[in-house]
Amino acid sequence: MTARRSWPREGSTRLPYWVYSDPDIYAREQERIFCGSTWNYVALEAEIPEAGDFKRTFIGDKSVVVTRDSEGCVNVVENRCAHRGVQFCQQHLGHVREFMCPYHQWTYDLSGKLLGVPFRRGIKAQGGMPSEFSLAEHGLRRLRVACRNGVIFASFAGDIEPLEQYLGCEILQLFDRVFDGRQLKILGYSRQLTPANWKLVMENIKDPYHASLLHVFLLSFGLNRADQPNRLVIDPSGRHAAGMTWRGEQKRTTDNAEMRSLLEDLKLNDPSMLDPVKEYERYTIVLMTIWPNLVMQQQSNTLAMRQVITKGPAAFELAWTFFGYATDDAAMTQRRLRQANLMGPAGFVSIDDSEVLAFVQRGTSCATEADGVLEMDGCDWAQETPHAVTEGEIRAMYEHYRKVMEL
Amino acid sequence: MTALRQESPAALRAAAEALYAEYLGCLNEERFEEWPDFFVERCLYKIVPRENFDRGLPLATWLCESRGYLKDRVVSIRKTSVYAPRYIRRIVSGIRICGWKGDLLEVRADYAAFETSLDDLTRVFNVGAYHDLITVEDGRLKFQEKICIFDSMLVPNSLIFPL
Repeated sequence: MTARRSWPREGSTRLPYWVYSDPDIYAREQERIFCGSTWNYVALEAEIPEAGDFKRTFIGDKSVVVTRDSEGCVNVVENRCAHRGVQFCQQHLGHVREFMCPYHQWTYDLSGKLLGVPFRRGIKAQGGMPSEFSLAEHGLRRLRVACRNGVIFASFAGDIEPLEQYLGCEILQLFDRVFDGRQLKILGYSRQLTPANWKLVMENIKDPYHASLLHVFLLSFGLNRADQPNRLVIDPSGRHAAGMTWRGEQKRTTDNAEMRSLLEDLKLNDPSMLDPVKEYERYTIVLMTIWPNLVMQQQSNTLAMRQVITKGPAAFELAWTFFGYATDDAAMTQRRLRQANLMGPAGFVSIDDSEVLAFVQRGTSCATEADGVLEMDGCDWAQETPHAVTEGEIRAMYEHYRKVMEL
Repeated sequence: MTALRQESPAALRAAAEALYAEYLGCLNEERFEEWPDFFVERCLYKIVPRENFDRGLPLATWLCESRGYLKDRVVSIRKTSVYAPRYIRRIVSGIRICGWKGDLLEVRADYAAFETSLDDLTRVFNVGAYHDLITVEDGRLKFQEKICIFDSMLVPNSLIFPL
């Protein structure tokens, strides 16, 4: 790419609006980020428990199929027939013995190996593939796979560090806090199409201070406020981050007088939705961004993976997978399902985010000459921050982004 | 109307059709404060993606387990949620009486909801089926259970108003 776009000279405290809508930037992201040296979340092992099970999903724009083969191993293959490019798998989830492309019936095993090609020797000694045609050379494109405690990641990169190293030790510890080896149980899916650039959802999670201003619901019921104790960690590369909060005392003070949206008199008619039980040590909420396509949520007893699927520069799908543990009793499952009301496309809280992200896209896409301002809490970032009043996580993400994108 | 069981099929059908017309009138005219009154106190209202319903997965996109829950949703619509202005217009069709579950009348119907935003053309927002259980309270038909099962795989950004 020619240097048609150059980052504002102020550096990390400015965010040029063309990053959200430029098609060249988007194409470069697909190549360098989603098909580059990244581990992308694709599935939970509980979605494909048996040999022959598969899940169809996306990494960036590319469709991939996550499979469990006859040996019980997890494979991730590109959903594109090696013959003529047909997207052969058309279901979200399913069970098969092998994959057969409907167009010319090229057949693959669950690890992507080409098993057979019809008319390979021709019909009545006419036609057919050349004698040197090798099945072994025409399998499906296989991705690298990393599984950790029931969570499956995949990478298009030929050479990439192990997942554990990719996450870094702090993020890994927080990952293991939820994924501690217990069998998971899928509770269901929610999918929404947000008319905004995919990076905006990562920024939204990496910006903990908006919650105290935008989310009137969270504030009013004391679920998350900037004056509660907060801790943020960022991995050494800047790409992943986690925000942790735990419940503190809540009352109106001079510190939070600026939180104008605070409605102290709001009470739920039915408080059963907000009846959390303590499940993990120390933090009540942990929100993690795992670069480039995952938001991992432990919001009291709601556990969810939010997978970010790009749909062009100006839209993304947010595919939510809500889950619990196989050992959960009925009351715990009910609690998780009730608290899920806060999240997803109809979430008491997350509605605000998806709406506001669409407003950002509308505001920025017609102003690619302008820049956003990221000066909250200075101009750089720290691996550890003991409060939420910062945009450090966003600055860290873009520092990494600019390196990878050479911007 | 006191006991549904004693009504003739024709009377039940007419009563059910009137109920759906009033229900959609209430929502389409955004009289959300009246919406909880279409339900009994211990009700179940859910909006569920069809993929979850078909696979027997319990997650709902929207779950209300009492009239109080419904009222909380109205508070959210009116007071706490931030969203762009829009109209949602719901159309119901194919109301069919499927039978009885004890004293509850089992009714199914197809619905479509259209969304009109300020700077856009009207679009299909959500399409699905109601799976409902109806009872009588205070001489009026009410929903004991209303499950909206939607085909639309992707929710166009956010689901703010009830269906």
